[in-house]
Amino acid sequence: MSDMKLEQDQKQTPSENAPKMRRDLSPSEAVHEKDWSDHKGILIVVEQRGGIAKKVSWQLLGEGRRLADKLQTHLSALVIGSNVSGLAKEAIYRGADNVYLCDSVELENYRTRPYSKVCLAVIREYKPEIVLLGATYTGRDLAGAIATHLPTGLTADCTQLDVDENRLLLASRPAFSEKMLATILCKQYKPQMATARSGVFLALPLDPTRQGDIITIPSQMTEGEIVTQVLDFLEQTDHVSLEDQEIIVAGGRGLGGPEGFVMLQEFADALGGVVGASRAAVDAGWIGHDHQVGQTGSTVRSKLYFAIGISGAVQHVVGMQNADMIVAVNRDPQAPIFKVAHLGIVGDLFTLVPALTEAIRAQKRNSGSVPVAL
Amino acid sequence: MHIVVCIKQVPDSREIRIDPNTNTLVRQGVPAIVNYYDLHGLEEALRFKDTVGARVTVISMGPPSAEKSLRQCIAMGADEAVLVSDRAFAGADTLATSYVVALTIEKVAQEFGIVDLVFCGKQTLDGDTGQVGPGVACRLDYDQLTYVEKVVALDEKNHTITVHRHLEDGVEVVQTKLPALITVLTELNKPRRASLPGVLKAAQYKPVVWSTNDFANIDRSKIGLKGSPTIVSKTWVPEPRKVNTEMIDGPSPEAIAADVTKRLWSSEAASRLGWA
Ligand SMILES: Cc1cc2nc3c(=O)[nH]c(=O)nc-3n(C[C@H](O)[C@H](O)[C@H](O)COP(=O)(O)OP(=O)(O)OC[C@H]3O[C@@H](n4cnc5c(N)ncnc54)[C@H](O)[C@@H]3O)c2cc1C
Ligand SMILES: Nc1ncnc2c1ncn2[C@@H]1O[C@H](COP(=O)(O)O)[C@@H](O)[C@H]1O
Repeated sequence: MSDMKLEQDQKQTPSENAPKMRRDLSPSEAVHEKDWSDHKGILIVVEQRGGIAKKVSWQLLGEGRRLADKLQTHLSALVIGSNVSGLAKEAIYRGADNVYLCDSVELENYRTRPYSKVCLAVIREYKPEIVLLGATYTGRDLAGAIATHLPTGLTADCTQLDVDENRLLLASRPAFSEKMLATILCKQYKPQMATARSGVFLALPLDPTRQGDIITIPSQMTEGEIVTQVLDFLEQTDHVSLEDQEIIVAGGRGLGGPEGFVMLQEFADALGGVVGASRAAVDAGWIGHDHQVGQTGSTVRSKLYFAIGISGAVQHVVGMQNADMIVAVNRDPQAPIFKVAHLGIVGDLFTLVPALTEAIRAQKRNSGSVPVAL
Repeated sequence: MHIVVCIKQVPDSREIRIDPNTNTLVRQGVPAIVNYYDLHGLEEALRFKDTVGARVTVISMGPPSAEKSLRQCIAMGADEAVLVSDRAFAGADTLATSYVVALTIEKVAQEFGIVDLVFCGKQTLDGDTGQVGPGVACRLDYDQLTYVEKVVALDEKNHTITVHRHLEDGVEVVQTKLPALITVLTELNKPRRASLPGVLKAAQYKPVVWSTNDFANIDRSKIGLKGSPTIVSKTWVPEPRKVNTEMIDGPSPEAIAADVTKRLWSSEAASRLGWA
């Protein structure tokens, strides 16, 4: 407690105190000789906002289940927040063998220090061999802090995970602007840590017959000790999280301007989907960056993906090539997008999109299927 | 107010190609640039220089050739630049990098004056992890505000900073005490061009260069390859997915649309979507 006080006083008068480096936060020779065999199991840190879990957390539990079975070890989840005991149950239904639950008012909003302290307490006490988090803004913020404190190796933004016969985590991620994949190992430190992208792994279906222990973890900081304050959250209706969408209608430079996206939105509405975009359209200011698909945007795995007026540059394709069904509309028969599309239409999008919108509407009326609620 | 901006000179990965015959990276002729996210951190720092007279020090860990990038930052308006360069730093992963960057900031604070704020980029083009910023913040025991798209207020009297953090589903308004470390998105601002006086200053400018020997307490087991827990075990070029593209044609847009719709409804995707 008195240490904490000191730390705060120091913060209020930065001009009188030089920063003191935390020299313990690094690997050292000694660690290499360490016997890590007491580290067992896989831990998934579940991310939530307002009591709703991010889909990537359930996807990681699905993948974590597969890895834990392969290693013949247990899968744990860590749920942190305020009023989140429901999520602890859900984590069990989604594949966890047990759950660490830290439920406290000051943990309502994510803040690095109190959250990382909870994670560190759990990791130090229960010694998992692998720790996985979603590669979301919050997940990356938290993972970077935890890995430095432990210290251990951390691989960012994985798109493939596996384990080998030596219980090493094979964490694979895109490198060099997605042109290559690299497998990263962390041999001499435990836990092995990684963040993984949303939309890459499959969540297990909810199984309410599954059972497991829920272990309560005390919060590690009181509100008075936390310097950072979340003042507000501005929900942005034009913020879309493309990673979780089933139907995406993406437009590119071929749309010619923001009006093109109005037409595209109508098409997306008819399908019950959301609008995505190429970088060219985003850079032109026709639509917000959150809609961008590709290397510097979202990686999507939708069931249906329309590419309208998009040439199919490699940086775009890496973000959408894993959609189940891809339909491309482009007036240029040589456009590379046709190499990844299942259905290709060569023609003018300005006549084709309205026709498609009408045809979809008619089909839905006839087949009586309502637009899927997402 | 003294602001440190962390920059990295990176190969412009947009220009890197894969040799289709050998499946290896072609790095030849790839220009070295300042990691573009970092320029947005520099721009924000320079705005505080313009408005409240902040001093701006740019630092980088990298090879001697990274001097060029530091001079570019001087040309844009930074006051000082420090290059930490040593063969012993080579092969560093984010843990080892954040150790050296934090040591550097500590030394900058001792020699050039107390540091109130540190800017890092969201991520680098080559490392592409976004982990160095949080790592440096932890080591310096600063509070970290990552993925910042707007600095709302800097209160020098109360030593607080208020920012907008970008999240998947909205924007979080967060305040913390200085000193703090901020990682920035490109939405934050538009980096300025070099000014003429800046270019003239940069032409003469020699950055301060530090090597391991300049850090009294450096732990050599924590730097470079040795201090890096992660190892790249293999790299490969992913096989492009093979699809049989069916091209749809017809006498009119309506006919094409009807054909596409029919195929969609009989596809596997439709049954997964619960349409059929
Ligand atoms: C480091 C880096 C990162 C990048 N990250 C991304 C990323 O994340 N996502 C991304 O999308 N891009 C990214 N890019 C950019 C990418 O290289 C391409 O420039 C971009 O995807 C092109 O967008 P586009 O297909 O909309 O535009 P264009 O390439 O200009 O293509 C427009 C297409 O529309 C067609 N068209 C025009 N008019 C019509 C019409 N009336 N009817 C039918 N078709 C029409 C044209 O034939 C053309 O094929 C990145 C680039 C770099 C260097
Ligand atoms: N070698 C370096 N020297 C100085 N700053 C760096 C270095 N590497 C990374 N950074 C900073 O950390 C940020 C994130 O880098 P990364 O974790 O590699 O994606 C960068 O945008 C820089 O601001």
